Amino acid sequence: MTQPTVVPTPASPTPPGGHLLEVRDLHVEFRTREGVAKVINGVSYHLDPGESLAVLGESGSGKSVTAQAIMGILDTPPAHVRSGQILYRGRDLLTQSEEQRRQVRGKEIAMIFQDALSALNPVFPVGWQIGETLRQREGMSRADARRRAAELMDLVKIPAAAKRLGDYPHQFSGGMRQRVMIAVALALNPKVLIADEPTTALDVTVQAQIMDLLAELRRDLDMAMILITHDLGVVAGVADRIAVMYAGRIVEHADVRPLYRAPAHPYTKGLLESIPRLDVRGQALSTIKGLPPNLMRIPSGCPFHPRCPYAQQVCVDEVPHDLVLGDGRTSACHFAQEVRDDSAR
Amino acid sequence: MFRFILRRLLQMVLAFFGTTLIVYALMFAGQGDPIQALAGERPVTAAQRAYLTEKYHLDATGVGGFFYRYFDYLKNLLRGDLGQSLTGRQIGDILAAAWPVTVKLALIAMAVTVVFGVTAGVIAGIRRAGVFDNSTLVLTLLVLGIPTIVLAPLAQYFLGVKWQLFPPTAGAEPDLYALLLPGIVLGSLSLATALRLTRTSVAENLRADYVRTARSKGLVKRRIVSVHVLRNSLIPVVTFLGVELGNLMSGAIITEGVFNIPGVGFNLFRGIRTEDGPLVVGIVSVLVVVYLVSNLVVDVLYAVLDPRIRYE
Repeated sequence: MTQPTVVPTPASPTPPGGHLLEVRDLHVEFRTREGVAKVINGVSYHLDPGESLAVLGESGSGKSVTAQAIMGILDTPPAHVRSGQILYRGRDLLTQSEEQRRQVRGKEIAMIFQDALSALNPVFPVGWQIGETLRQREGMSRADARRRAAELMDLVKIPAAAKRLGDYPHQFSGGMRQRVMIAVALALNPKVLIADEPTTALDVTVQAQIMDLLAELRRDLDMAMILITHDLGVVAGVADRIAVMYAGRIVEHADVRPLYRAPAHPYTKGLLESIPRLDVRGQALSTIKGLPPNLMRIPSGCPFHPRCPYAQQVCVDEVPHDLVLGDGRTSACHFAQEVRDDSAR
Repeated sequence: MFRFILRRLLQMVLAFFGTTLIVYALMFAGQGDPIQALAGERPVTAAQRAYLTEKYHLDATGVGGFFYRYFDYLKNLLRGDLGQSLTGRQIGDILAAAWPVTVKLALIAMAVTVVFGVTAGVIAGIRRAGVFDNSTLVLTLLVLGIPTIVLAPLAQYFLGVKWQLFPPTAGAEPDLYALLLPGIVLGSLSLATALRLTRTSVAENLRADYVRTARSKGLVKRRIVSVHVLRNSLIPVVTFLGVELGNLMSGAIITEGVFNIPGVGFNLFRGIRTEDGPLVVGIVSVLVVVYLVSNLVVDVLYAVLDPRIRYE
């Protein structure tokens, strides 16, 4: 039996001034006519300057909602932040006024979205949309904003950028459109970029280009990045750490390599096993049985227990706490140690 | 775009001939003796009858004769001569007198629609499901439910006669003040539609993904609504208003009738009632052109407003 490699440095070194961004025990619910859906149930994660965190999970796991709560762009109603803190440079964004939060958006924390075609305004030229942020936020002149927009489009490697300033979103290909979206987000040099499934709507080859671009920009501009995805394949090359979400909770949190080598939560293990592999011949693809839970009726105890091959009576009765696994990783599973040892085998 | 406009203009020529042909046929097919109709109650002498038969080619009968007379009419029309009505007045003169009145009325109705309908629609869309939204819903349903034939006399009686806030009728050469009440009545229907349309469009666009992007850019709410949302929301509204302006320009038979306004609709109605074939065909021919042009303008405007639409 091989032991999982223990990474020498802890997964999340705390810088002297605390983390750049930290989400603490966030609870968000959606109050609808049908009832209350508990979308986020105590999510905590953090991000340090220049670091890249991947938030992984199925649709409905709450990964996007957490990001929108950070940005302060949740639709309220129906969304309602019940409790928790979102600390940016030590200050709690949730207690700030709307005006203070607006100042943070775009300038400190920026966000790009899944479908750039609908995320960009269809009736304005892309150069105008990139420049708008500069004109409105920095008071830049029209001509300067235009010049800077061309530079930004150049930065995200759009060919003949200056000539395409006047083009509309629908005149770009999917990949180029996502580049425009990135240029919009980068306009004010944010310290944190949240990428919400930036490649889901794209072809596989274009996906790789966009991920490479994001990795390169993060390095060059020294940004921290939160990459939200449901695609484990996308994560490996880009992220430093991974937080796996299920039913509005983080079930496993670890550095990329140890997590890939030996997942310590049955859900992560199931996800990894459901990736088709080229190096194993003639094996049936395994799947996670069942469906994600209805967020209005989250199962008792561990929300994953109805789908979990490891489930015992304790999983039905008790909510598992984050189990710290020595090498800086946590797993919210009663049998974390066993799962990891199984996986490492 | 140029080719599109050219193609549409060619289509308009076809549509114009088609509609005039149909109206011409409908108007004269059912008529018994056109010469007697022209003379009214007075007797017609044999010499007069022979002269008029010769002049209007009435001796040619059947389908052949009909087309003979239709092409006669078209020839004059293309020269700009709309002919004479049965009352002996030049139809061109009647229209020249009536149209400015109708245009004034249409512009008042349009102003009412834009100022109140679109503004209220935007507010209702932003405060969806609020008190304002719900009360406009009830009011617009009420207006849409009452036909003009009921609404116009009611407004005339209460606002014009009983409370005397407006002149109850317009008269021969109406000023803007006299046209205000009819304009509001006429505009109330398009106002209600414009309000509903704007409200739905704004409410829908407020939920669009690009609004989320605009918020994450850190723009102030006022700008998000007045620039991003409004520009997108007004695309269907402007289209509707364009078509509606075309409708209003072609006269309002009921409103002009109730308020005694000597506009295009008023004259058209009189022409139909007195079986004045030349007058009806003349007015309709011009209306067709107005309608076709306003539709073309709407299509072009649509492409200007929405860059995704390109005509090739």
